[in-house]
Amino acid sequence: MNDWIEIAKIDDIPRQGSRVVDLGKADGGEVNRIAVFRTVNDEVFAMKDKCPHRGGPLSEGIVHGGLVTCPLHGFKIDLATGEAVLPDKGCARTYATKVEGGQVFLRLA
Amino acid sequence: MATLNNSLVSPFSEHPQGAGRSARMKLVLVGNGMAGIRTLEELLKAAPELYDITVFGDEPHPNYNRIMLSPVLAGEQTVEQIVLNDRDWYARHGITLHTGKRVVKIDRRKRFVEADDGTRADYDRVLLATGSRPFILPVPGADLEGVIGFRDVADVDKMIDASKRYQHAVVIGGGLLGLEAANGLKARGMDVSVVHIGDWLLERQLDEPAARLLQQSLEAKGLNFLLKKQTAELVRGESGRVRAVRFKDGEEIPADLVVMAVGIRPNTDLAESAGLHCHRGLVVNDTMQTYDPRIYAVGECVSHRGIAYGLVAPLFEQAKVCANHLAEHGVARYQGSMTSTKLKVTGIDLFSAGDFMGGAGTESLVYSDAAAGTYKKLVLKGNKLVGACIYGDTLDGAWYFDLLREGTDISQQRKTILFGQSHIGDSGHGPAERVAALPDSAEICGCNGVCKGTIVAAIRDLKLFTLDEVRAHTKASASCGSCTGLVEAVLAHTVGGNYSAAPSKKPLCKCTDHSHDEIIATIRDQKLKSMRAVFDFMEWKTPDGCPTCRPALNYYLLARWPAEYQDDAQSRYINERAHGNIQKDGSFSVVPRMWGGLTNPRELRAIADVADKYQVPEVKVTGGQRIDLFGVKKTDLPAMWKDLSDAGFVSGHAYGKALRTVKTCVGSQWCRFGTQDSTGLGVKLEQMTWGSWMPHKFKLAVSGCPRNCAEATIKDFGVVCVDSGYELHVGGNGGIKVRVTDLLCRVETEAQVMEYCGAFTQLYREEAHYLERTAPWVERVGLAHIKARVVDDAAGRAELHERFKFSQQFAQIDPWKERAEGAAAHEFNPIRVSA
Repeated sequence: MNDWIEIAKIDDIPRQGSRVVDLGKADGGEVNRIAVFRTVNDEVFAMKDKCPHRGGPLSEGIVHGGLVTCPLHGFKIDLATGEAVLPDKGCARTYATKVEGGQVFLRLA
Repeated sequence: MATLNNSLVSPFSEHPQGAGRSARMKLVLVGNGMAGIRTLEELLKAAPELYDITVFGDEPHPNYNRIMLSPVLAGEQTVEQIVLNDRDWYARHGITLHTGKRVVKIDRRKRFVEADDGTRADYDRVLLATGSRPFILPVPGADLEGVIGFRDVADVDKMIDASKRYQHAVVIGGGLLGLEAANGLKARGMDVSVVHIGDWLLERQLDEPAARLLQQSLEAKGLNFLLKKQTAELVRGESGRVRAVRFKDGEEIPADLVVMAVGIRPNTDLAESAGLHCHRGLVVNDTMQTYDPRIYAVGECVSHRGIAYGLVAPLFEQAKVCANHLAEHGVARYQGSMTSTKLKVTGIDLFSAGDFMGGAGTESLVYSDAAAGTYKKLVLKGNKLVGACIYGDTLDGAWYFDLLREGTDISQQRKTILFGQSHIGDSGHGPAERVAALPDSAEICGCNGVCKGTIVAAIRDLKLFTLDEVRAHTKASASCGSCTGLVEAVLAHTVGGNYSAAPSKKPLCKCTDHSHDEIIATIRDQKLKSMRAVFDFMEWKTPDGCPTCRPALNYYLLARWPAEYQDDAQSRYINERAHGNIQKDGSFSVVPRMWGGLTNPRELRAIADVADKYQVPEVKVTGGQRIDLFGVKKTDLPAMWKDLSDAGFVSGHAYGKALRTVKTCVGSQWCRFGTQDSTGLGVKLEQMTWGSWMPHKFKLAVSGCPRNCAEATIKDFGVVCVDSGYELHVGGNGGIKVRVTDLLCRVETEAQVMEYCGAFTQLYREEAHYLERTAPWVERVGLAHIKARVVDDAAGRAELHERFKFSQQFAQIDPWKERAEGAAAHEFNPIRVSA
């Protein structure tokens, strides 16, 4: 699982927006979804598409600076670390990304 | 940075530029209290690396919450509990802290300060926050042992010590501080008399009837009052300690402890010795700068536009502005504050603000129930509230304060305003009771399930001061907001005495200092047509805004420049981006438009087919006479919309800050009572208004007769048909706070209804704040204003209506059809990868 997976061109992800990467059924049968974000400065981040608060889809949130705000109850999550911004508490799992030649890669390990 | 420095009067260019610790400027704070340290906190947020900071304080303690000295005296809290910044905090931020050292000299030529023990610190800039000191009456004996002020921990220690050894305490001064001192000494077991020169207590906060009620309840707690008494002398006892207080009329009362609480004076000794201009305080400009450009000042020592503030909220506003300039951002201005006060004595609720005494040119509305211990007086000038004085039930204090601050036209509310905001249905938190009397287990916020005890604990333990902080930490009032008044009341009651409400101007969000109105006007006047242009021109503090300002700006730009502005999907909340309502499991709900609530078998079959085809788990009829399909997967939306579009449906916009629905009754076509064709008119209104984006959701209704089966009088715009024509009603709401509409006017023809509706809608679109429903908007700007624009001014009405029709050309494009044909496909299609 240490391999980089090529997922999209950077322009497939809207600036200040996100795309969902659907990994199909994971072991537990639960659909495994990862949100890939692109900031206003074209940085790319990835994390589990599940808010640590009540499981809201982070991919549907508004991206501002290096944060995304969950659409359900407004938790702000740091895209780089997955940590909720204080005073809220919680952490979403993050994944490594890289952009090479306009292609976005994701690593699941 | 260099250019900014050069623009200052004093040349800072000699300070070394470049990286590294030695290159930092030196900032010296004189005065280790709340205003000064709050300024440092704001500065460290804005420019953490700019200064090496040194702090001098003449007390031996780190910064503590001076407001909470009263509860410490009363034995409700300890000194440790009220410390705001412990010594670790100073160490963590690399601040050199000198406690117990009084600065006695500022050498402005050589640029250093010197303390009474000889400690020196060089500076590039100085922040003076020397606070105030109690005014001691210049009577014989004022310097005796046992005569003190009530200002700091040392004073409290002396009072507690005296309470253990002596019996008789006299407090001179019946103001807020004096009463809190008296209450605390009584709680410590002393016999307490309060001496006051005025005719009644708290004459700067209360009128006489309210003060009498207060006095009665304090007397019931065991305090004695001597009013209209002038102190002549403090009498020396054999031990050298004070023994008695003698008055001008010759009467004498025993006193082992005398607390002077007759007022405070700005502490400007140091500033004056340094030659800085002082006049009833150290004089500063709107940037908190003194007459020496290297020296700034904040807090109770300051005189700003002739006013010295002694409440915590204005001081924190000053701190924010001062930090902005110390950080060399150079944009903020302090323009003064409006204040309100509360007394922090357990079990007593009072509130006052503005000109509560009234006088020439004012009128008063008074509600008084002595047996229930309730008194309310509102002072009006013209159509506006200019003052309030409340004793007993202070729940509505924050609301009155808002009306006062905003200058709201209250002519429509004269008959009910005395009963407060809570007399109309307030869903979610039961009957309003005195906050002070509520048990800790009482639920304050019904949305997030937050109890009073939780809020009080958070305020105390986390040292919170503002509504925003309480919201962030407890979530109380962070959802629907209907309990905001209650939360503010809990905050006021917990923080108490020196609490005061919000700043004079409310910024849109933390990314800017500008208010909604300023932003709307700037977009219009400066012809700003993109979000980037607004960020640049109005000097946004964040690179790309936040979830509060971006949707607001997107709306303001769209409303002002309908033909030119390029809508920014990434600045819309997910519902408006995906054109459906997101549900808690991440699925969406779909509501097709049914014009005026009319449908037919063909449409119903099409909806049934769609529900079958996409396995919709739940189908429900909505309150707005539509059919809602719940639990639709996001990936199915475009295909489902294609099927609906083929059957003739367009989006119902049930997800947007937009025109939602026009609800109708059957009207004259079928109903034996109907006076006009309400259904037909509803369809026409919906065809005119559908698709328009609004500051908030917007609902219409048309009822065919005054029986009002379509509930038109709780809608944003409601039409009630009568035999002679149409009544037009505006500003209703059936949600969080039920509000019945105001009657705008009566008209005779359908064509007039259409024009008035278009004009009213456009006025709301152009002037309301984003996320402000018509109900609070009408209350804020006043019905008179709306009548003047929509009813009285025929030419203006026609122009508003034309502007609405113009913007509708661009808005009435069905977003579902566009997406069914492939627009914004990335929004709905995940990237599939097999892992």
